[in-house]
Amino acid sequence: MEMLNNEAILNLIQEAFPNDVLFHEEPYGLLTMEVTASKGHEIIHWLKNHEQLSVNYLTNIAGIHYPEDLGREFAVVYQLHSWKNLFRLRLKCYLSKDAIQIATLVDVFDGANWMERETYDFYGIEFVGHPDLRRILNEDSMDYFPMRKEYALEDATREDKDDRYFGRNNL
Amino acid sequence: MSELKTKEAFAQSSETIDGNIATINFGPTHPSTHGIFQNVLKVDGEKIISSEQTLGYIHRAFEKLSERRPYNQITPITDRLNYCSSPINNMGWEMTVEKLIGAEIPKRVQYMRVIIMELARIADHLICNSVTGVDAGALTSFFYPFTEREKIYELYEEICGARLTTNIGRIGGFERDFTPAFHTKLQSFLKTFPKAFEEFDSMLARNRIFMDRTKGAGPISAERALAYSFSGPNLRATGVDYDVRAMHPYSSYEDFDFIIPVGVNGDTYDRFMVRQEEIRQSVRIIEQAYKNLPEGSYKADLPDFYLPEKTDVYNNMEALIYHFKIVMGETEIPPGEVYHSVEGGNGELGFYLISDGGRTPYRLQFRRPCFIYYQAYPEMISGMSISDAVLTLSSMNVIAGELDA
Repeated sequence: MEMLNNEAILNLIQEAFPNDVLFHEEPYGLLTMEVTASKGHEIIHWLKNHEQLSVNYLTNIAGIHYPEDLGREFAVVYQLHSWKNLFRLRLKCYLSKDAIQIATLVDVFDGANWMERETYDFYGIEFVGHPDLRRILNEDSMDYFPMRKEYALEDATREDKDDRYFGRNNL
Repeated sequence: MSELKTKEAFAQSSETIDGNIATINFGPTHPSTHGIFQNVLKVDGEKIISSEQTLGYIHRAFEKLSERRPYNQITPITDRLNYCSSPINNMGWEMTVEKLIGAEIPKRVQYMRVIIMELARIADHLICNSVTGVDAGALTSFFYPFTEREKIYELYEEICGARLTTNIGRIGGFERDFTPAFHTKLQSFLKTFPKAFEEFDSMLARNRIFMDRTKGAGPISAERALAYSFSGPNLRATGVDYDVRAMHPYSSYEDFDFIIPVGVNGDTYDRFMVRQEEIRQSVRIIEQAYKNLPEGSYKADLPDFYLPEKTDVYNNMEALIYHFKIVMGETEIPPGEVYHSVEGGNGELGFYLISDGGRTPYRLQFRRPCFIYYQAYPEMISGMSISDAVLTLSSMNVIAGELDA
């Protein structure tokens, strides 16, 4: 069987969803696409059931926060894998901070359950239709989403530290 | 398959045995959970009706921490994911950064990494399988492999000085070449290990009691395992031959001849047997890599990332600058987006890294295999007895550090 290259895969997807592939690139050979957020679920469902592509495996789901990118502050990244054709695929859906909602993938891949709970836990991205959207690693009563960029960790390059607090006052 | 059906039928009929449903806390610090997990079980008599997991007892915010650490300072964080096979995590991360910066790694380094990673896999599987034995009541078979694991840890010590949280290797290679002591110890390990391992194997693999306890305990079908994004030995035990080493070879795995063992029923016994066979295959890989260890350097030519020799730092201006930049985390990193995965001790360990060109990653996500497959646990133990749930948990090789990040 002939192996599909990224271009062929992209063509197939663009044929089926002509208006929903907003951007595509191939960093390090991995086909990466930005797709319409509201169509993400449909596209992944289609990819999974497509006879030729047969994207059968959900590798991971990651959230990303871009606070400066107004109107598209949050990204949900789905990394998928087709074992039949041996290619990986990355789909990105951008969401505005005013409507951080995206359809759940639990009905397509059961494994999405905890991945989405983790993304919710750290970024506050709401997965509509998720059967049990609760925090998973953090404590239930926490009232913020710690991986957002506004909760900055201490800048490792700062120079205003008071040496006395670090046992270095005698130097 | 017929065995599965009868188990399900049994579970259904057992719901009406008693009618009094009790809630039992299995964990957080139950001795047989091998880490801090909590499972709230609903049981009818001895049969589990449902269970609910609580996670996060040792959550240490690794992904957040990574967003302020320079790249070379993230390696020690990866130690603490699956701490039974830290070298695989370390090298997975180093290879991710090397992929991002487009570094060319000498063949010798790749082979050296394969040797260390396979040793780590052996150590990981030995612990998992011997602990499965303990949970089935066989304590002797727990102590036998620890002698061998100790030898592997001594080999780590020869490379990096540490045993458990190894921080082994550097971006670009190793801090030193294999020492003469390492060669001696590895040769003696390769000579004595197979025999000792078969002795361990003979205690459990065909042991009537162990087989009766583990066959049919905590099974999962290939379809369900795939739906749950299983990977590693747990997936292979269901009969799916997915192995990152073969599907997306890294670090020259394509040079070696090894088979990928698969199971049939996806139960505790199959998981045990798959790991046992993988240990034998790992020994084969190490033998091949060691026999064909290429000549060359133990490090890549990456002055921006690889710390220079101390004598150069003191005598050479350029080396001093590089040293300073690396230690202070001022190395220039290209912006980019990269995913790299390795076959970890318990599955596909992935690193999804986004760099914006700053001193630290913009986003780093660890694809932690046991976080992903542990969610199938309630489904796997439903209808089983509590003692089967204990066995299933240990045979799934759920490592608290990796689970909670």
